[in-house]
Amino acid sequence: MQTITLDKAVAMIPNGASLMIGGFMGVGTPERLMDELVRQGRRDLTVIANDNAMPGIGIGKLVSAGLVRKTITSHIGLNPETQKKMIAGSMEVELVPQGTLIERIRAAGYGLGGILTPTGVGTVVEEGKRKIEVDGSEYLLEKPLHADFALVQAFLCDYLGNLTYVLTARNFNPVIAMAAATLIVDAEHIVPVGLIPPDQVVTPAPVVDYVIAHG
Amino acid sequence: MTAMDAQTIIARRIAKELRAGMLVNLGIGIPTQVANYVPAGLQVFFQSENGLIGTGPVPEEGMALRLLTDAAGKPVSALPGACTFDSAVSFGLIRGGHLDMTVLGGLQVDETGHLANWMIPGKMVPGMGGAMDLVCGARRVVVAMQHTAKGKTKIVKKCTLPLTSVRPVDLVVTELAVISFTGHKGTLVETAPGVTVQQVLAATEATLLVPDKVPEMQL
Repeated sequence: MQTITLDKAVAMIPNGASLMIGGFMGVGTPERLMDELVRQGRRDLTVIANDNAMPGIGIGKLVSAGLVRKTITSHIGLNPETQKKMIAGSMEVELVPQGTLIERIRAAGYGLGGILTPTGVGTVVEEGKRKIEVDGSEYLLEKPLHADFALVQAFLCDYLGNLTYVLTARNFNPVIAMAAATLIVDAEHIVPVGLIPPDQVVTPAPVVDYVIAHG
Repeated sequence: MTAMDAQTIIARRIAKELRAGMLVNLGIGIPTQVANYVPAGLQVFFQSENGLIGTGPVPEEGMALRLLTDAAGKPVSALPGACTFDSAVSFGLIRGGHLDMTVLGGLQVDETGHLANWMIPGKMVPGMGGAMDLVCGARRVVVAMQHTAKGKTKIVKKCTLPLTSVRPVDLVVTELAVISFTGHKGTLVETAPGVTVQQVLAATEATLLVPDKVPEMQL
């Protein structure tokens, strides 16, 4: 794990990168990274996340600034700008059931070739996918979803990079932390090693690439 | 009947389906109101799919915590014994058969019990969020919706909107009636106070089984 400044962290992200971003309606989204992506004007991003939040919050800031070319997400209902851009054709939206989205990300991070889920069988979601029967039940083969970067908001991060999360700000964060080529973490508190009891570590330090320095 | 009355009838009737110890997920809209009518002394676990079991009431002004929210991102409180988890666990609870009941809104339910509730092509595409997983995985699926929208019935012969799941729902509660589904057939099991069987059938396109005696909803 390396510490890095906010501007240098975002400078590592090229135009056209795919980003997994933690958060659920903006809760648990690394807000400083969103602001810095807007400030540096990164373009043509693919954003993989639970939702698109709403204008002015979290991922909504990237959408409003026109930085997102494509989003793979489960819900855009509270972001009218994403809906408008989708209808106008300026932004591609791939809608994925929430439980399938998180499992596709988990599959990527855990080295699996995909997952089999009953969700979506017989609906428009099954179009173009392989259906596999197991013991008499039908499942869709949903492929793993990888990304170039995972942008994670943690609660505590110790000097080695061990991470904890808090309450409903956890959501997609520990799962995306495993699934991207490079993991960038913003933590609310950076604490000495030993302050986080081993049983409370959710994301182990060796998977963390960069932690944004405070102050 | 005003819209507020209709929603209250629906929420109060669905609250009667709650049993001690159940794990229940409430969708946004009318379903959320079910939590207001939990019978006194009954312990029910409410799940919020953003990663919380034990969702409590909205905190008093000035006491909101940005890191403790419902699935719409609005601040909630947590009851004693609450627990939090990531989205993979949350949907493991939903898909894995651990969720006793889900209450969702609906756009259409058809006579085989199929639900459409996540998009109106060309008009409204919010995304399915967790709805497809909920209908697929919950032990019991209850739909809370008004019987008609803009004068048109929502209990149709066959859904014209994209389905949420091919798994049929178990119960539909509207401001006019309670309809239960078994074996891809719907039965009119209750009528709302002051509503006749004829009025329900007149507002319904789907063919329903109607027993000789249809009791009135107990609210």
